[in-house]
Amino acid sequence: MKKHLIGRPVPRKEGRAKVTGQARYVDDLVFPGMLYGATVRSRVPRGRIKGISFGEGIPWHEFTIVTAKDIPGENYVALIAHDQPYLADGAVNHSEEPVVLLAHPEKYLLEEARRAVQLEIEALRPTFTIEDSLNKKEIIWGEDNLFKSYSVEKGNVDEVWARADFIVEGEYRTGAQEQLYIETNGMIAVAIPEKGVTVWGSMQCPYYVHKALMALFGLPADKVRVIQSETGGGFGGKEEYPSMIAGHAALLAWKSGKPVKIIYDRAEDMAATTKRHPSRTRHRTAVSKDGKLLGMEIDFVIDGGAYTTLSPVVLSRGTIHAPGPYFCPNVRIRSRAVATNAPPHGAFRGFGAPQSIFALERHLNRVARAIGLTPEEFRRRNFIQPGQTTATGQVIRENVNMNHLLERALVLSDYHAKTARFARENSGQRRKKGMGFASFMHGAGFTGSGEQYLASVVELEATPQGRVRVLAASTEIGQGTNTIFSQIAADALGLDYDSIEILKPDTASVPNSGPTVASRTCMVVGKLVEAAALGLQQTLVGSGYLPEGYTPAGFERACKRYIESHGPLKSSSQYQPPPGIHWDDATYYGDAYGTYAWAVYVAEVTVDTVTFEIEVNDFVAVQEVGKVIHPVLAAGQIEGGVAQAIGYALYENVVWNEGRMFNSQMTNYIMPTAVDVPPIRVFFEELPYSYGPAGAKGLGELPMDGAAPAIVNAIENATGVSIHHIPVMPESLMEALAVTEKAVERA
Amino acid sequence: MPDRVNKAEITCTVNGETLSLKAYPMARLLDVLRQELRLTGTKEGCGEGECGACSVWIDGEIANSCLVPVLQVAGSEIKTIEGIATGEQLHAVQEAFISCGGAQCGICTPGMVMAAVNLLERTPHPSETEIRMGLAGNLCRCTGYMKIFEAVVRACQATGVKA
Repeated sequence: MKKHLIGRPVPRKEGRAKVTGQARYVDDLVFPGMLYGATVRSRVPRGRIKGISFGEGIPWHEFTIVTAKDIPGENYVALIAHDQPYLADGAVNHSEEPVVLLAHPEKYLLEEARRAVQLEIEALRPTFTIEDSLNKKEIIWGEDNLFKSYSVEKGNVDEVWARADFIVEGEYRTGAQEQLYIETNGMIAVAIPEKGVTVWGSMQCPYYVHKALMALFGLPADKVRVIQSETGGGFGGKEEYPSMIAGHAALLAWKSGKPVKIIYDRAEDMAATTKRHPSRTRHRTAVSKDGKLLGMEIDFVIDGGAYTTLSPVVLSRGTIHAPGPYFCPNVRIRSRAVATNAPPHGAFRGFGAPQSIFALERHLNRVARAIGLTPEEFRRRNFIQPGQTTATGQVIRENVNMNHLLERALVLSDYHAKTARFARENSGQRRKKGMGFASFMHGAGFTGSGEQYLASVVELEATPQGRVRVLAASTEIGQGTNTIFSQIAADALGLDYDSIEILKPDTASVPNSGPTVASRTCMVVGKLVEAAALGLQQTLVGSGYLPEGYTPAGFERACKRYIESHGPLKSSSQYQPPPGIHWDDATYYGDAYGTYAWAVYVAEVTVDTVTFEIEVNDFVAVQEVGKVIHPVLAAGQIEGGVAQAIGYALYENVVWNEGRMFNSQMTNYIMPTAVDVPPIRVFFEELPYSYGPAGAKGLGELPMDGAAPAIVNAIENATGVSIHHIPVMPESLMEALAVTEKAVERA
Repeated sequence: MPDRVNKAEITCTVNGETLSLKAYPMARLLDVLRQELRLTGTKEGCGEGECGACSVWIDGEIANSCLVPVLQVAGSEIKTIEGIATGEQLHAVQEAFISCGGAQCGICTPGMVMAAVNLLERTPHPSETEIRMGLAGNLCRCTGYMKIFEAVVRACQATGVKA
């Protein structure tokens, strides 16, 4: 047998279907007699529903109309808390809140009808900002507007301020960001009261949708079936909201007796579905005169929007990543997720970490300046070393070497020569150039005991023809699930790439391998694929049908013989935590993640001080991610994540108007195009991780964390202007430059 | 669309086949392709001409089919992603997208391939700037474009022309 696929750029499993246009996404599916569904939304950010009326000129008798009273089971989207209704009943808490559903065979008439539904809502005073929510100007959720709070304590931060040589404070903010997958959200449902509910659609987490539909319809697990169609990007944006759309389509199908398709148009998708949580972070840092961190006090707040959704877990990841890849003996982190009357914010690649890491990596540059060290020298003195503990008391057991990553990134980007040259040449120039970097890490897999609760399962099944099928709920959303699972299974079994088939996630036929989130698909689920493959091999060896050093033909003969005498040949594997991992949810103490990916990113920018345009000219991304399973897919993840983070830093500005996204169009919400991105140069270091498949770790979210602070640090290097929020729009740069110029004049 | 508007008969060529269609004159070409002709390889990403997922060729010119009323293509020659491969034989650009990792989630890919092939038909040896400009009307959220640029370069090499 041979092992030759891991580490090689095999062709993407479903590549041919994608480049020929044959891949079938949900909007490509048509069912006989299908109706289209539409959603009537509140349009008032907070209030009480007094009445619903249906305007004239619409043949309402042709429509299927669903309100909260039509719901057969529970009126909540089952996730963490049960506070978000499928359809508002009495109260509305954000202006995109669904109130009425309509279905009709004719799309154009449906849209006219949607506009003809009038909601009479008595408005209540809304809350839109983190500050108003924290100050409890109005109580809009629970008793105190807090979805969740955490506190992390290490050492005794209270005693460091008196003996610190320097104390540096700062406040940093990040805006909302839209995932902007190019395929909008959509679902098709077939629902027959005596048979059950089946949905097809674009999603990351089939079993989340499954759980939500069971509660909505009061049905047992076997009466609900969820099937993933080809999914045109997710980035977290299809983690939770698909449960809402699936429920809506299914409610309309249940009442009408016909298949119902709901496809959001771009404006509805951008405005109504989840976006990245806006954040505010305050740092107070104590440093000794030799540049060592003595104490860090961090106050991290995220805006969760109107309902709990995933905010507690986003907050958790943001909290744990807030002190970064540094050693500090005394740390206090207080973090809170607050309610506002905006549509709920949710999962987006990085999941809280890009927010808190932006704050930290901007702040550390400020600290370095205050004590008179370069940003790189200050970090060198404080990088966490093997054997040291993180803020949650996790001992770093892997052989991490952040200094090495930093050196390599600075060399590859020609950082020192360029900073020196730009410093000489910028003076008097309209276009100023600068270099900036950020150092960071990203925990792979669910936080704390999350993976143990999930207890994911993967199955493998062999056919008499010697083909092996992987059965998992992990979705292919572009990141390469199908391809890497095939590589891992094929190498474990010594088979060819083409002998492996990946079954389309369908809750009727695949086990629950957990959600496709948290950089866990390769490392956690891939490990289960590997283990199940080895289990299959052991079964065949144990049965005496598979000789050592077998060939693919020998494997086929063994499968055939086994199945003929024993029946189906299956193997399953369930998650077991790596040994020595401990986490205490109550004290928030212990091993927050099984492992981390580590990185240093460097950006080179040009700032035009007349037009206030900012260009990123070069980008170097150096990271340690364990064994790279597929070099092209892995680099593709980093490049795509960096591009998304360039958007986060410079272009992607969600404009709010009374709690509604004002610019919910691609025309005025701007993401990077082919002419905006710099060369993104990706370099991997590979220290195999014992508990990942072939030594792999997770890497999908990592690139989202570091690019924004690297770019804003570079802007500061170019202009001398310190900016504390993203996105850095031309107008905010103009303002910041004007303030600095005034300060210079006064001096 | 309300009954007061009558469908018009429109003749055009789609992927080499001459068709006679009955469609509302202001129906979007995108919808006619996807719904009437079941050519679902052409995707809708934004519906306002920003993302390029609906890119097709009209008489050899790349166009956003979400912005084109079908009446406007009467007598025209249209090419969609379904017309790019020759039978089972993929176009060099399609091959290069697979081998370079130019397709991730795949939803922008048909439009991106239409734009890339169109670019190479006009400019067989594009510079990096020409590649970037040629693809600037097609948004990709997955790749950061690097692997797409590589794919275009590899496709030039594969067709035997030297840049």
